[in-house]
Amino acid sequence: MNNSIAIDTKNLTKKFGTFTAVDHISFHVNSGEIFGFLGANGAGKTTAMKILCGLSSPSSGEAMVAGFNVAKYPNKVKKNIGYMSQKFSLYNDLKVIENINFYGGIYGLSRKEISRRGHELLERLNIPNEAKTMVSELPLGWKQKLAFSISIMHKPTIIFLDEPTGGVDPVTRRQFWKLIYEAADEGITAFVTTHYMDEAEYCNRVAIMVDGKIEAMNTPKLLKEEFKTDSMDEVFYQLARNAKRGE
Amino acid sequence: MNSIEINNVSKFFGKKKEIVALEQVNLNVPKGNLFGLIGPDGAGKTTLFRILTTLMLADTGTAKVLGYDVVKDYKKIRQIVGYMPGKFSLYQDLSVYENLSFFATLFNTSIKENYNLIKDIYVQLEPFKNRKAGALSGGMKQKLALCCTLVHKPEILFLDEPTTGVDAVSRREFWEMLKRLNKEGITIFVSTPYMDEATMCDNIALIQNAHILSINSPEGLMDSYPDTLWGLKSEKMYPLLLDLEKNPNVQSVFTFGDEHHVKMKQGKGEDDLKMWLSQSGHQEVEMKIIKPTVEDCFLDLLNERKKVKA
Repeated sequence: MNNSIAIDTKNLTKKFGTFTAVDHISFHVNSGEIFGFLGANGAGKTTAMKILCGLSSPSSGEAMVAGFNVAKYPNKVKKNIGYMSQKFSLYNDLKVIENINFYGGIYGLSRKEISRRGHELLERLNIPNEAKTMVSELPLGWKQKLAFSISIMHKPTIIFLDEPTGGVDPVTRRQFWKLIYEAADEGITAFVTTHYMDEAEYCNRVAIMVDGKIEAMNTPKLLKEEFKTDSMDEVFYQLARNAKRGE
Repeated sequence: MNSIEINNVSKFFGKKKEIVALEQVNLNVPKGNLFGLIGPDGAGKTTLFRILTTLMLADTGTAKVLGYDVVKDYKKIRQIVGYMPGKFSLYQDLSVYENLSFFATLFNTSIKENYNLIKDIYVQLEPFKNRKAGALSGGMKQKLALCCTLVHKPEILFLDEPTTGVDAVSRREFWEMLKRLNKEGITIFVSTPYMDEATMCDNIALIQNAHILSINSPEGLMDSYPDTLWGLKSEKMYPLLLDLEKNPNVQSVFTFGDEHHVKMKQGKGEDDLKMWLSQSGHQEVEMKIIKPTVEDCFLDLLNERKKVKA
């Protein structure tokens, strides 16, 4: 497998009974790329993402993630990726440093390494004095940035971001995207889902899922040209309004 | 006449009342308005909704809904408002039809009596009327919740973040539904974290950190933006952003989709920006004056507030 490709799928399919949630999707994501994964509610995004994270096995087709076949080596996949969503991120009733230690431990980093990277992480976020603060007491924006930084603490090849900025204020949302750009600069591939169409513009390439299939995939610029509009919102609307199924 | 009048409402949480959820909020919503409360999570939106729907008491100040006091006349208010909380709160193990008839009965009415009001929405739900509410899709749940909120023909609707987590297509449909209901004469007070939805409202209040930043019509707000705003586009957007942030003549720069929105410092303008661009090594940067969006105004007001605080 080519090292410059982070994710590669061929006819990836997931069926639940007679329902095909993910329907023969084939795509690849380059290393260091920021890849937007869009779709209406129920289009199959979450199911596809679960397969790519090694949490669910495909019914047919294959997917290579970080160099490993997800069906055969799901645990190796899990070790080499990071995951963050708005809903499941940090433990509110643990301190900042406890969360860092916990996740560092999960990913098998040594104590020394956890301490070093934890320190570095807090410095980078400009919150060196908050190590002993309970996560529940942090403003939402800080929490999101902290959750992101922790999810890449083990230096994964790929980070999966599931609606990471929902409800976040406009300033923090933009700061959050800078973190994604910085990570991409360091070679980490970002796989992002979002409902904010302006954020689709921040991606190098975007795939749009409709009813289990990828209906469009390209750079935002070329997608807008193809659909003869000047906003990704309109591209999405044109594709997704014909969706037959709900969530 | 105002449907909602809020005077100096404050609310604090925590053992020592150390967490400020709302501070000195003053707000009027004219009758028949489609009024948007726009702000991110944690701004205080839900607290304000709970105070207005008589589910929570303010620590200071007074509020009236349709002329009734939220403390003294809470029973009356509960009869005439429709409230859709941010969290799905219907009975998951009852069917669509059972939920709807339950809420109708609660308000001493029937589905039939006000069917004209919910008809447009209910016909979309009807094929699933025997399905349990818990098994509905996100968009369908939201439609059912709206039906249950409407079934007693409320005079005013309180909708707390009805479009959060909903995809762009369903969001658009939902706002079209709200517009139709508003035309029937129902006052609507709705909150959202999505700034782009602000333009669907007659009037909006921007809220952040327990404070109302501005109350205006969307057009009025955008027209009141105090400075010239430049839109910059190039092939290499991220390096351009980093350099613009370092430029001492730039007051603020924020990315909006495929464009950076740049505001220059007082006394600096087009020539300074053009000169900097030609020296900075960024090539083929497209630059033009743009009309500010609601989000530009929000970001600008936040900056102003920070300055006042400092």
